[in-house]
Amino acid sequence: MKHIISALVENKPGVLAHVSGMFAARAFNIDSLVVGRTEDVNMSRMTIVVNGDDRILEQVRKQLAKLVPVVKVQDFAGEPVVARDLMLISISAPPGKRPEILALIEMFTGKVVDIGQKFVMVEISGPEEKIEAFIEVCKPYGIKSVARTGTIAMIRQEKEA
Amino acid sequence: MSAKSHKSAGEAGKSATNGGAEKSPAKAVSIPSLSSQRSGAEIIVDSLLRHGADTIFGYLGGVVLPLFDKFYGSPIRVIVPRHEQGGCHMADGFARASGKVGVIVTTSGPGACNIVTGLATAMMDSIPLVAITGQVRTELIGNDAFQEADITGITRPITKYNCIVKDVRDLARTIDEAFHIASTGRQGPVLIDVPVDVEVAKCEYDGRVEMQLPGYKVRTKGHGGQIIAAAKAINEAERPVLYVGGGIISSNASEELTQLIAKAHLPVTMTLLGLGGFDQNKEESLDMLGMHGTAYANYAIQNCDLLIAVGTRFDDRVTGKVKTFAPNAKVIHIDMDPASISKNVPVDIPVVGDAKEILKELVEKVEYRQRKDWFATIAGWKKKFPMKYDRNSGTIKPQYVIEQICELTKGDAIITTGVGQNQMWTAQFYRFSRPRQFITSGGLGTMGFGLPAAIGAQIAKPEAVVVDIDGDHSFNMTMTELSTAVQHKLPIKVCIINNGYMGMVRQWQQLFFEKHYSCNSLLNPDYAELARALGAEGITVDLKADVPKAINKMLAIKDKPCLVDFRVEKEENVWPMVPTGKSLHEMDGLDILQSLI
Repeated sequence: MKHIISALVENKPGVLAHVSGMFAARAFNIDSLVVGRTEDVNMSRMTIVVNGDDRILEQVRKQLAKLVPVVKVQDFAGEPVVARDLMLISISAPPGKRPEILALIEMFTGKVVDIGQKFVMVEISGPEEKIEAFIEVCKPYGIKSVARTGTIAMIRQEKEA
Repeated sequence: MSAKSHKSAGEAGKSATNGGAEKSPAKAVSIPSLSSQRSGAEIIVDSLLRHGADTIFGYLGGVVLPLFDKFYGSPIRVIVPRHEQGGCHMADGFARASGKVGVIVTTSGPGACNIVTGLATAMMDSIPLVAITGQVRTELIGNDAFQEADITGITRPITKYNCIVKDVRDLARTIDEAFHIASTGRQGPVLIDVPVDVEVAKCEYDGRVEMQLPGYKVRTKGHGGQIIAAAKAINEAERPVLYVGGGIISSNASEELTQLIAKAHLPVTMTLLGLGGFDQNKEESLDMLGMHGTAYANYAIQNCDLLIAVGTRFDDRVTGKVKTFAPNAKVIHIDMDPASISKNVPVDIPVVGDAKEILKELVEKVEYRQRKDWFATIAGWKKKFPMKYDRNSGTIKPQYVIEQICELTKGDAIITTGVGQNQMWTAQFYRFSRPRQFITSGGLGTMGFGLPAAIGAQIAKPEAVVVDIDGDHSFNMTMTELSTAVQHKLPIKVCIINNGYMGMVRQWQQLFFEKHYSCNSLLNPDYAELARALGAEGITVDLKADVPKAINKMLAIKDKPCLVDFRVEKEENVWPMVPTGKSLHEMDGLDILQSLI
């Protein structure tokens, strides 16, 4: 099963190596790993998508928490989360095909960020399934290249009583 | 990042200039100087002293010369090994014998790379070490400079934590953090990489530092509810067994363990690293369990209804086939490391915290139960399957040598070992009675550990009798350190169980590879001659009758090392043995042992 793990880590050199090295050494599989700064300049947040059964995930959480620069670990499994992936995708788009491509982009609430004679570059964000679906519908036109961030996620705020 | 510590050092510096000397903290700065500016090297020396590291192990080299210059005339005693690996094992042996943090200092590149095996050894056995490695100048890092190696990259998976210090203002804090991390929680080695320009650079320093470890939390006190649940399970158990590991030693919980065993009336078995945690001369001791454990320990595990694991991690050499390990037991697991809980074996009652604290609470809550049938069953196994060897043999049996060493040292020596048969026989035939008495490389199984570890142990405990029971090939790996022992007039004893083979490898080749002793015939030197050439005493023993005499002669030597080369039976095997992948009760060799008189 896929789990989204969110880890608050110290923002210092070598931390990513500590985390990724631990995953490699213990043979855990990473689907994606995203690191970014937080509101606190001393802290970064890593969002890691991992595949595995309960026993493996328990070890992932514990081994992560054990690393000295890792401050807090949360597994979002079973939580109401907002999960997003950001993609830049360059699609082959000769003038004759552009109207239908632009319609697709609009349908997926994507944004054209660059356009040339034969291609369009689109920025699109959303849950992973939406990104995957967009890639599928673009395939017939020809995909030149794809760059994705991997998943970032946050638990939905509890509704006020 | 280190803004806080800068501030505190800066403020303290100000108050020293304004307020006079009596206001500065008493424990600070042992280096007399008019200015409060200190170089990185001075800060390292002072930090070591603040942490009580007055004896360290270190080898010189280009980028640590500024640091070694500050050792000159300092109160720190630096033991220089002949090879950095030896130095790291010495620091390890020092730490295991004393309970203090061992310190190893090396130069960059090859010097740092040479302690990799030593760090991995300490990591696997949770031994507190601080390694300080020199590094090339900050501006050269990444340029493949002379003697440059990315040692933090190399040692990341084999240290509890490591980092490089690129700003002298972070140095004192980082060293404090290193000692704290190494010696608390589940202990382990920490490496700090210090570029040579940081050793030379100066900053304000008054010995007061503030650690910044937001991600490092240590839980010592066990969960109250879990302790009550554990006590209840113990009080209800008909056939309980305690299974304890190195955590008993590192948390100094031996006394509490002994109280628990007496109060609740429990049998106890120890892992290789747990030996010494409980007096093996007492009847509750089932001695060691696992692959080469006693039959009665392994049977007790397989038949118990409650397994109480303390400070141990269910290693594969202990459990055999995991699925059938203690198949009928409820499992209590007391451990410092949450990640060890349910890693290999599912646990019913986990208690995370310091074994000493938790056992203390547990002792208050358990009740005495006679468990007559269970102890009778165990006594039956002990009677039917005692540890044995052929006492009537005309050749020198390795077990006989170890039994004699135990007898003639009155079971009171500090024992180190190599790895393999020599180590297993020592675990089986020496009777350990107190913690920190048995020093061996368990998890990593590092051949060559015995001699340098004995040196470290002897330095930590100058009055103790320290005996390295070694294999010939294990000894070969680090024998150069005999010179170090001679130089420091250490009266360590080296007993080589010399069978001319990598003995355990030979045993496996015999049992599982049709007796093809592939690549297993190395030429050994005359060890006694070698010892004498290096300035130690050397004795060769070819006859069984000479064994006690040689041991007594060895024990009488007090001013230098003594090596005894015991030419033992060449193809003796370690029994019993649980073959890899088998369950603990499926031991080979019991028939062989039973056939002996």
